[in-house]
Amino acid sequence: MATARNATSRSGVLVSATVLAGVLAAQAFVPAVRAQSPASGFGRAPTAEELRAIDIEVTPDGKGLATGSSTAAAGKSVYTRRCETCHGPTGKEGPQDVLVGGQGSLATPTPQKTVGSYWPYATTLWDYIRRAMPFEHPGTLTADEVYGATAYVLYMNGIVGENEVLDQTTLPNVKMPNRNGFTSDPRPDVPVKKK
Amino acid sequence: MLTMHNRSRRRFLGLGAAWSAVLVACRPRTAAPVAEPRALGAAVSSYGSRSPFEKTTRFFNQNTKVPLEEASSRTPLHDTYGIITPSSLHFERHHSGVPVIDPATHTLTIHGLVDRPLVFTVDELRRMPSVSRIYFLECSGNSGSEWRGGSTDSDVQRVHGLTSCSEWTGVPVAALLRECGIQASATWLLAEGADAGKHARSIPIRKAMDDALVAYAQNGEPIRPEQGYPLRLFLPGWEGNTNVKWLRRLKALDQPAMTREETSKYTDLMSDGTARQFTFDMEPKSIITRPSGGDTIAKGARHQITGIAWSGRGTIAKVEVTTDGGTTWNTAELQSPVLPRAHTRFRWSWTWNGDETVIASRCTDDTGYTQPRLAELIQVRGINSQYHNNGIQAWKVAADGKITNGNRA
Repeated sequence: MATARNATSRSGVLVSATVLAGVLAAQAFVPAVRAQSPASGFGRAPTAEELRAIDIEVTPDGKGLATGSSTAAAGKSVYTRRCETCHGPTGKEGPQDVLVGGQGSLATPTPQKTVGSYWPYATTLWDYIRRAMPFEHPGTLTADEVYGATAYVLYMNGIVGENEVLDQTTLPNVKMPNRNGFTSDPRPDVPVKKK
Repeated sequence: MLTMHNRSRRRFLGLGAAWSAVLVACRPRTAAPVAEPRALGAAVSSYGSRSPFEKTTRFFNQNTKVPLEEASSRTPLHDTYGIITPSSLHFERHHSGVPVIDPATHTLTIHGLVDRPLVFTVDELRRMPSVSRIYFLECSGNSGSEWRGGSTDSDVQRVHGLTSCSEWTGVPVAALLRECGIQASATWLLAEGADAGKHARSIPIRKAMDDALVAYAQNGEPIRPEQGYPLRLFLPGWEGNTNVKWLRRLKALDQPAMTREETSKYTDLMSDGTARQFTFDMEPKSIITRPSGGDTIAKGARHQITGIAWSGRGTIAKVEVTTDGGTTWNTAELQSPVLPRAHTRFRWSWTWNGDETVIASRCTDDTGYTQPRLAELIQVRGINSQYHNNGIQAWKVAADGKITNGNRA
């Protein structure tokens, strides 16, 4: 079965060709000297500082990860202080999203979608904690604390060791159990009746 | 949990049912007519509000462990008319609450794989060439309760209220990307909101270059805060959460960012344990909104069956209504205009003979796709997928005229 990444690169070829054609057509009439300024006069260039403040996403290849590092051992206190109230002492109790367990449950009548059973990329966990957690105070963790909380959640799922150092280089290499569990959209997938 | 909110609609239908009887009864009488008001009414006012007699509201479950900042509220489909949803009744789904954003300081940044990264002010976007289009917006989780059988006492608002339809005004994303010199290597666009949790989704460039909008107005006024004030991404026909609200940036990438929403949340788990990812289209769907669950109808009375149909892939071509549990299907009247990726209003007149029955609607769009039965979807996908239920909604009519959710039957 095709993974989502494969589907992505397939559609990417088509998209690139379309965009390239569009860009070529658009630029055919634009002198090279004007390449740095928009034709309409709307918009202005962002400053490097402005971009740094908002350019926060982390892709599966690790682009966007901040410098810093931590381990599950060090991250346990971050989890206890900032995460446990909502996710429970072992990540299984809630009351909010269950983070731990559920491996082997996805094909059963009661699937448990947790970080360990479902999430395909460890980088997504880092991105989401930095982006949106803790729920009521997002953006208040340091980069090291984000690495620490990430490491501890992965550790509770048996995915990394207690003293394994997670940083910009090692985090993208963490192998998630459900990495190959996703497929592209096959719909329409029910019989199509013609008019 | 809220009680079955106001049931003024029951009174309405009761009146409808008794209408001809009342007319006949009244004709020979000479009762004094009800006096029209003689006192002066209210003066002009600076901002309108609905009649104090109208009480319909969005529904949300308050008895839940889910914080209301990341909850959803549902449109009262039974009590809305035509194809436009009042902005105040448009469904909501937030991931970290509704932020307060000053349009004088809010900006949209477009960067990444572009020749010229640009920052646009809200004022600039409002001055750029714009388009207005009527489109539905539906949450992919709409009707999700039915995968596991639903509840017999659920109504159309609770089951299907996560769809609404508005006129959206904004600037085509394609124009903005051209302005920035989108590069050939850009295949995805990360859209990110300015809400507390910085809600983010990756969008294929082909959609962005097709019909995507950066919208700033809804139904003739600036977008409501719950809908993304002052700017939202609008992707016609695509699942609600990709239409990123409070939009603060679009970043051109050569891969999807694989955000939490597009990996662990808005993916559709199949019975074999694999999950479908990037399931953007909202497939053709129709529902009878009146009469529907919670209503009681009168025997022998003429009823206007009405509802809405829509397709994320195109335009509704046909809606059929059954009043005998699917044995025969009648082609319903479609109210014009019938617009692509918009709610379409349909109607069918019916006189109930008093027998227990099931009423339902099914639609066909201009791609030739006909709305399937829920059982057909379950046969292919299982019951764990949670999202994208566009199966036929059955309403069961009991012998006493009481209507309930018939999906379980």
